[in-house]
Amino acid sequence: MSAQVSSNRAFFNQLKKYYGWYTGGFLVFLVVLAILEQMGLPRVWIGYVFLFATIALYAGIGIMSRTADVAEYYVAGRRVPALFNGMATGADWMSAASFIGMAGGLYLQGFDGLAFIMGWTGGYCLVALLLAPYLRKFGQFTIPDFLGARYGGHVARFIGIFAAILCSFTYVVAQILGVGIITSRFTGVEFQVGVFLGLAGILVCSFLGGMRAVTWTQVAQYIILIIAYMIPVVWLAVKHTGVPLPQFVYGKVLEKVGARELELQKDPKEAEVRKIFSDRAADFRKRVAELPKSWEEGKAAAEKKLEELKAANAPLAEIKAAEKAVADYPKSVDDARKAWTAQATANAARAAPILRHAEPFYSANPDPAKAEQERDIKRRNFLALVFCLMLGTAALPHILMRYYTTPSVHEARKSVFWSLFFIFLLYFTAPALAVLVKFDIYTLIVGSKFADLPGWVAGWQKVDPALLSIADINMDGIVQLAEIRIGQDIIVLATPEIAGLPYVISGLVAAGGLAAALSTADGLLLTISNALSHDLYYKMINPSASTQKRVTISKILLLFVALAAASVSAQKPADILFLVSAAFSFAAASFFPALVAGIFWKRANKWGAIAGMVVGLAVCFYYMATTQPWLRGIFGVTGPVSDYIWFGIQPISAAVFGVPAGVAALVIVSLLTPAPEKQVQEFVEHCRYPNLRGDTMDTLAR
Amino acid sequence: MQLTEKHREYWRRNLNITIVLLAIWFVVTFVMAYFARPLAEINFFGWPLSFYMGAQGSLIVYVVIIWYYARKMRQLDIEYGVEEGED
Repeated sequence: MSAQVSSNRAFFNQLKKYYGWYTGGFLVFLVVLAILEQMGLPRVWIGYVFLFATIALYAGIGIMSRTADVAEYYVAGRRVPALFNGMATGADWMSAASFIGMAGGLYLQGFDGLAFIMGWTGGYCLVALLLAPYLRKFGQFTIPDFLGARYGGHVARFIGIFAAILCSFTYVVAQILGVGIITSRFTGVEFQVGVFLGLAGILVCSFLGGMRAVTWTQVAQYIILIIAYMIPVVWLAVKHTGVPLPQFVYGKVLEKVGARELELQKDPKEAEVRKIFSDRAADFRKRVAELPKSWEEGKAAAEKKLEELKAANAPLAEIKAAEKAVADYPKSVDDARKAWTAQATANAARAAPILRHAEPFYSANPDPAKAEQERDIKRRNFLALVFCLMLGTAALPHILMRYYTTPSVHEARKSVFWSLFFIFLLYFTAPALAVLVKFDIYTLIVGSKFADLPGWVAGWQKVDPALLSIADINMDGIVQLAEIRIGQDIIVLATPEIAGLPYVISGLVAAGGLAAALSTADGLLLTISNALSHDLYYKMINPSASTQKRVTISKILLLFVALAAASVSAQKPADILFLVSAAFSFAAASFFPALVAGIFWKRANKWGAIAGMVVGLAVCFYYMATTQPWLRGIFGVTGPVSDYIWFGIQPISAAVFGVPAGVAALVIVSLLTPAPEKQVQEFVEHCRYPNLRGDTMDTLAR
Repeated sequence: MQLTEKHREYWRRNLNITIVLLAIWFVVTFVMAYFARPLAEINFFGWPLSFYMGAQGSLIVYVVIIWYYARKMRQLDIEYGVEEGED
């Protein structure tokens, strides 16, 4: 035992030294690049250096950690110290959406966006209190392993495999998509090339070294992503408050943003722009109502205008514009209905009143009774979303799996603390970033002349108008807030430029986003291939397979799953964001009740667990299929959404119905069927105590 | 194997700690969010209280809950002789 302790300690000290040098080296690398930039290194080169240097680094760690040993491959040899497992979990957890999208979501939604901040952190309380220590004591390789051992037979395990793949695959597709977008935007390579470059970065570590390589790479990725997130925010805080601690001083900025919102709400110029948008929306609604006549008239008018311009020998640019108008005109009445309805909605959204950033469940409805009703629905959705995200966090297999890798139960508990601590560093900074950027835009951009807009505005408008577009709608030469259309992702991506930092920091932010996406993709791919190779193949199909064969099969499957995910992402599926958030509801409804009951309720049995998982998944699925526009299309649900929606809850929070239904099914069916055997009861006791003297049961997989 | 009374007491105390900490978690998360509008009237060092709690305060409480649990359970493990040999 004492030899074990001292070897663990030596390992920990060695790791601290390695990663200390690594962090120092990375900072030196940044400084060198910054100097090179001052000496005239072109921007494209900076993008390439970041892309290839970081991917080569991750590949290097992957190659150094290569292994063919089963316990090393699946759980990194169970000797990852709590602190480092915490960092790895942080990187595993924080995806491209957390890194790039979250601050932007807060910018756009104000208080209501905080549901993501709370939901994605508070879930760790459930992990710490209800799951991690017990799963570590159980000590095998995957989450379906626990379901299989606790509930016996292959059925519970199989549902676990299905649910693990369902949650993880859509999630991994979104990560690879993120990798493609980041690499293509910052280096100018084709999107598809970016996807496969990223894929190479992911595969070279998980393929060679499984969990062991993924763990040590994720620690390195965490360090890069947290540095990349902090530098621009700190700089921006200095710019607006003079204090380099954004998290502690942005309250004052928030007050100023609130005052500015009131000012803008009263500004007649703002009202003028909003009026233009609402008129446009009304016009599109009118045209939709008058179909098909409006379609024929519009087509004739567009063609006539082109004829007239040609006849009058108008300037080429005008003729070109008229030709384009004819070519882009909806091809049929159905197309017109779709396009114009979308236009009406888009214009109406831009006519919406200015959001009060700090006000919970904001409604601008002038009718007090209606406003109260809207607020009530917003509050309900906020609570439901927090609930789903928390339970989903506590049930996602790629996170729970990480707690198998610590040396002991106590280390697993400590490790959840470190995980949340490292996640917290980024999450409690994001709201500050959103407010600082909002202040910058509301005071420095709004009210300035179009001719004086800073360079980054034009730059990003050119990259992608969906990210940022500012157009003079009322032709007064001054920017109004309503004239700015801003996409979620721009907030983090453009922060270095908004703060006036050199381009090298923009490259660093891209590298950080890449690290966030790659690390999450690594963990997810491993979860999927382990579910297939370990649970499906080894435990259910061929229990006599040699360890060598198991690891080989896992690696081959990993390759196939990765290629499948990459080819799906290369299609740029449109509804991926919905699928990712749906993954949380599915994970919560399928795993959470069965896992928690498995530890805390001895009477829970096989049939109860199976019923609970199936009912939970089915309820979630039914609710999403009848209320989410894209799924409604697939399943041909045509009745009005209001017939299907329960209590006004959005489809993303389907688990708020799925979890209670699953719990009810688990309890009722368990009580109606015989109690589990004595052996199962002993298994539960075995998991509950870190070390039970005289306990002959040994579930640890080596 | 047969659990002793001491073992059962360990589990009961563990459950008590878990329930109390979950209650704190629940209040900070759901009760405070439910009353977010009235709480927004309270000024907390420049932030409306409900905004501060949603953005930072609740997160700090979550971190402290997990830290306390790990520490307390380690003490309990040792007190009841169920701790692991190595650290």
